[in-house]
Amino acid sequence: MTAAFRVRKAGLLTTIQDLGRPHAIASGVTPGGAMDRFAHGAANLLVGNDRGAATLECTVRGPVVVAERSCQVAITGGDLEPRVNGVAAPMWTSIELSAGDELAMGSRRSGARAYVAVGGGIVADRWLGSMSTNLLVGRGGMHGRALRDGDVIDVGSQTDPPPSGRELAEGLRPAYADHALHAIRGPYPTPAIFASVYRLSPDSNRMGYRLDGPRVEGGGEEILSFVMVAGAVQVPSGGSPILLMADHQTAGGYPVAAVVAGASMPVAAQLAPGDELTFVETSMEYALAMRAAQRVALESLTIWSM
Amino acid sequence: MPQQRSRVRVRIHPLGDAALLAELGARLDTALNTRAIALAAALQKRRDVRRAVAAHGTVTVMFDPDQVTLDALAAAIRRLAGKRPPVEEPGRLHRIPVVYDGPDLADVAARLGLTAGQVVELHGRPIYRVFLVGFVPGWAYLGPLLDELVLPRRATPRTQVPAGSVAISGQETGIYPFATPGGWHLIGRTSVRLFLPDSDPPSLFRVGDRVKFFPGET
Repeated sequence: MTAAFRVRKAGLLTTIQDLGRPHAIASGVTPGGAMDRFAHGAANLLVGNDRGAATLECTVRGPVVVAERSCQVAITGGDLEPRVNGVAAPMWTSIELSAGDELAMGSRRSGARAYVAVGGGIVADRWLGSMSTNLLVGRGGMHGRALRDGDVIDVGSQTDPPPSGRELAEGLRPAYADHALHAIRGPYPTPAIFASVYRLSPDSNRMGYRLDGPRVEGGGEEILSFVMVAGAVQVPSGGSPILLMADHQTAGGYPVAAVVAGASMPVAAQLAPGDELTFVETSMEYALAMRAAQRVALESLTIWSM
Repeated sequence: MPQQRSRVRVRIHPLGDAALLAELGARLDTALNTRAIALAAALQKRRDVRRAVAAHGTVTVMFDPDQVTLDALAAAIRRLAGKRPPVEEPGRLHRIPVVYDGPDLADVAARLGLTAGQVVELHGRPIYRVFLVGFVPGWAYLGPLLDELVLPRRATPRTQVPAGSVAISGQETGIYPFATPGGWHLIGRTSVRLFLPDSDPPSLFRVGDRVKFFPGET
């Protein structure tokens, strides 16, 4: 394990994330993990890591980091104008950095969250089996908090680096610009949810998105709480839906009108306050076909050496 | 008491394409919760199930859709739910000292037509069951409350409830492990730590445990 980066500017909300801690649900701890699992996994595979290695999740206004030594990185997800030493850097591509190189993100051009993977994988605090940052409890990742100016990011050793310049073809990346989220009817179906345009309220974060738009009938009915999943669209009293995201509360007692298909969650993860979205009712078969297509796209990155 | 082999009707609802909700019943009922815990434990042994977590009378099952279809898993759940549940080991008993000086105690007593002392006595009388650990880290839904204490939640939730607050709402009672927003009626406080991040598991309570409150300095 060696220092790979020094943080010059931390950005708005840059956290260390992996695939989270799903088994901690039994203690009421949110599963957490990368919001956009596709971009997170692709970034890791491009630099030869396991898809579950820890990455940096950079939110809306990204960080500026300086390489402490030469390393291989890949930047995926939302386009936050990544630059290396001032020159635009390609996304969805593995690139080499030398000691002293500056990797700088700007502001969002599209999407909301960019992922930076480093060959060897980021090494940080592990809590309940995961390096994901849990901001509520203050554990995991960079000591349970977002990055700050001056932090040093450690990385494991990269044993078998893949060739640089490998790229995930454009046609295999998620269609982030299409804000129609495919969703399956929930236990308390409310067809109105599929007929309206919603907008992310400013009160949206990694826990969930509050959605402004037409109010939904039948909200707020008091039911005994059950264990929730990311992607659930809850309808609390007042009728403004909430879309649960990676750091969601583990249980809830509001009716669930629909649940976003796993393959649409990367698109959801790239939404920022003010963005519009719709829910499109989807069959189980179609949701599974979308899931399979994403898996094939990621698997195309694992075949690079024999 | 011999357990009967009963035909439990399970309602299965998909929760997206990689999870489902198995609902054994919608009442606050210890027998239903026992069945839900047994069903979750049986499902957790399957390779195609990633997590199965019991809550009240339901089990949320996160599965691997590459290994099993919703319909096949639903059929397996119906088979398992029809089986006689194992005789339940009594859950661990936790005795929790409470200082009954919550900001809502007087109001709760007035709305229920009781004295504050009667509210305290009625709250401390039963041994409650942990029906669900969740919502926020370490929070446990405890119940059932005696009928005399049942009140709907506050019309306006508080934006910040102090950690350690002991609260009631509907048929349930609970303790806020963290300072969070909350809509339950605050009747007391305890200094027992419900969530220790560096313990494993970090939550003091587990589903199926039993909890008894008593008035006392903490």
